[in-house]
Amino acid sequence: MWSSPFITQPSSVSQIMLRVLLALIPGIALYVWYFGPAILVSIALASVTALATEAVMLKLRQRPLGPFLSDNSALLTAWLLALSIPALAPWWLVVVGTAFAIAISKHLYGGLGNNPFNPAMIGYAVLIISFPVHMTHWITPHGMGGIELSFGEQLNYIFDGVLPDGLKLDAVTMATPLDTLKTQLHLGLSVNDIRDMPIYGYLAGKGSELVAIGFAIGGLYLLSIRIISWHLPVAFLASLFATAGVFHLVDPAHYVTPLFHWFSGAAMLGAFFILTDPVTSPTTAKGKLIFAAGAGLLTYLIRVFGGFPDGMAFATLLMNICVPLIDAWTQPKVFGKKGDSK
Amino acid sequence: MRPLFKFHGGVHPATHKAESTRTPIAQAPIPSKLVIPLHQHVGNRAVPVVQVGERVLKGQIIGKPEGRLSSAVHASTSGTVNAIDMQLVAHHSGLPDLCVTLIPDGKDEWIAHSGVDYRQTEHTDLRHLLRQAGVVGLGGAVFPSDMKSYSHKHKIKTLVLNGAECEPYITCDDMLMRERAADILRGAEVLRELLYAEEVLVGIEDNKPEAIAAMQQAVLDDKHAHMEVIAVPTLYPGGGAKQLIRVLTGIEVAAGVRSTEMGVQCFNVATAYCVWRAITFGEPLLSRIVTVTGNVEHAQNFEVLLGTPVDELVALAGSKPDTDRHIMGGPMMGVDLPSGSVGVTKATNCIIESSPKLFPPPPPALPCIRCTRCADVCPAELQPQDLYWYAKAKDFGKTQEFHLFDCIECGACAYVCPSQIPLVQYYRFAKSEIWQREREAQAADLARERHEYRLMRIEREKQEKAERLAQKEKAALAAKAASPAPAVNPEPALVNAAADPDDTLQMRIDAAVARAKAQAATAQPKNVNTLTPQQQAEIAEIEARRAKIREMAAHAGADDEPPKSN
Repeated sequence: MWSSPFITQPSSVSQIMLRVLLALIPGIALYVWYFGPAILVSIALASVTALATEAVMLKLRQRPLGPFLSDNSALLTAWLLALSIPALAPWWLVVVGTAFAIAISKHLYGGLGNNPFNPAMIGYAVLIISFPVHMTHWITPHGMGGIELSFGEQLNYIFDGVLPDGLKLDAVTMATPLDTLKTQLHLGLSVNDIRDMPIYGYLAGKGSELVAIGFAIGGLYLLSIRIISWHLPVAFLASLFATAGVFHLVDPAHYVTPLFHWFSGAAMLGAFFILTDPVTSPTTAKGKLIFAAGAGLLTYLIRVFGGFPDGMAFATLLMNICVPLIDAWTQPKVFGKKGDSK
Repeated sequence: MRPLFKFHGGVHPATHKAESTRTPIAQAPIPSKLVIPLHQHVGNRAVPVVQVGERVLKGQIIGKPEGRLSSAVHASTSGTVNAIDMQLVAHHSGLPDLCVTLIPDGKDEWIAHSGVDYRQTEHTDLRHLLRQAGVVGLGGAVFPSDMKSYSHKHKIKTLVLNGAECEPYITCDDMLMRERAADILRGAEVLRELLYAEEVLVGIEDNKPEAIAAMQQAVLDDKHAHMEVIAVPTLYPGGGAKQLIRVLTGIEVAAGVRSTEMGVQCFNVATAYCVWRAITFGEPLLSRIVTVTGNVEHAQNFEVLLGTPVDELVALAGSKPDTDRHIMGGPMMGVDLPSGSVGVTKATNCIIESSPKLFPPPPPALPCIRCTRCADVCPAELQPQDLYWYAKAKDFGKTQEFHLFDCIECGACAYVCPSQIPLVQYYRFAKSEIWQREREAQAADLARERHEYRLMRIEREKQEKAERLAQKEKAALAAKAASPAPAVNPEPALVNAAADPDDTLQMRIDAAVARAKAQAATAQPKNVNTLTPQQQAEIAEIEARRAKIREMAAHAGADDEPPKSN
């Protein structure tokens, strides 16, 4: 005998993940516009690695390949990781990071739905700790007047590590706007002096600020089709804004504006695509607010006072640890029992 | 406009109601036989009062109510009792139950019956009439209506009349309201009297404009005071009693709380109709409206004699050949019937003929990704993803902490789950396991109590014996002291034993007999072996249902991953 309900809505995990991938496209398009097509190579590399690793792990765990390879979750991890690391990175960097994310941080914990940590962020953390130098060579954005590599030259570097004759890596790459800010502040410059440097645009880094806006647009799409709830992005951005705002108000010469933090680094990507991973974030509304607000605060603290160029990944992972506790503490009252004291 | 309230969550499945509302309610013909279960209501099964071979008249009681919570069962038409035995019934357990099989004689000859004027009749008598007429809740809960029409404990302000009919496909209440609005509201008036309720609120989902109009017209025509017909938003499960009460009054009735404690009582519209027929015309509940829809040529509502075999009923609507199962109720909470031979009962509001095309089996379940779509739609405001997690882990204590028993099994969570997890099955599994453990714990408690009592008794008997012996010695000593004492006083106990060996032996025998008697007296009433056949049947039924649920849960992917493809 079969039991009720006999009907279900035509929705699937695969469809949800596919929509999230689609939502990344505006940001990726702007990325390609400002930094060249190298990012597409990283995304492709990461995708192939993710699917291959997923297949191997499923085989080892004796799980069916079909339903899981088609759930698009590995692809999403791959894309998010590729977007978090420099586009002009050697190919093995992408492969190592992605394989670690899928094999260790996803499948060893039980696969889809069971991983406590965001796999893409684990991949990022492993890379930034193991290969910090490679993780700092970001392509100089288009329109800065510097030397720009052709697509062929980018491919040559990615797969063979060879640059055109007489060209050094430093000539075509730079530190991120966030990193540069931190370094220059250490050298004694004021925020205003630094912001006048050519790599900065209206809000944050030239080019990267628009990529961030692209991710925000994708995020709004996800909000509109209710794949993500507003709690996570709103609480994260509000918390980041508030923390940055307090520091900025107290000492504007040493602490940059909250808007700069919003549109720098992985903040927008994190707010709409990373924190919103349902598997690794709380399930209750209140819990989501606490989780994302904590991530916003930690992101700021790591960015400003920590040793890493960005704080998004570690903030996410630290808050991931707290999820079971947050969930347990924020259980809502059920129907008819809202008046109860307990 | 009355302000309406919202309940949390809910879903909007395709309604499929238009198919079965194109034509009026049709009278289903008298079938070749009637299989009438004696347990069609909540409470004790009715006791058969007819013999095999006996001729019965339409409306004659064939099963009389037993105990406080029970209801009468009647012959739906005149004919001969062919059998009184265990048959498959339309119940989610899928287990057989005691049924009266009646072969109609086609005469449809009524037993003498007459109604009363409810205004001139004592409430106690009205309730007795309802019980004798077999009137129970026709919304699906089949709770005896006489037991719901008391108001002595709590003041009832509002009587909610449930015409919401939120489940897809089902239209029996819709058609009843369109065609028999006046009698429904008159029945509601009787119930209002019985409850001393101040107002009657009729809640109908706004996808039934014809029914709303008919009911509103009937309120005007009969000049019903204190009565209001209210269109409520179409949102599944808005027809759940608690959800409708919430929408109409803003009151949330928690699980385990009776709505009457909060001043509200709720009846289904079809129940109100039957109340009116039973009181005013003396007509017991012999038939009900059943929607026959799904994989049929022409979906329609029928007025069906209780006991009509489902096979004969669906043939009237032209069940298509690729039909592979009959679903009783709606697609969200319905029951897959064990057979087409079962008889229509008081709970049968709808038969959906199902085919693999109409209701394709769901794809293999994927793991939960904690997306909380289930929590977003849960009308009980639970966290279904956590309940699922703990039910799967068989951590039943945790499932209770997460309010498992507040779950109304509406299926909204499973309906929206992108991983296609059969969530409700997990909750049913957890509930049945918890019930079983509680029964085991109770049995263990009883056994422990009995054991402790026995030890205590043995101890007490020992003491009593010792006291008796001591007294005897005393008496013997006293006797010795009184008589001329010998020069040497021997050891008293020895004297005692030597003096009367038969006495102690007799005492031991007496003690043993008393012990045996006491044991028999204390053990007997508590012993599981002395359960009534009905209790035993109930236990057997529960056991079988558990086994079935377990099996279903296993099939549904009790493992954390879907079945392997190779």
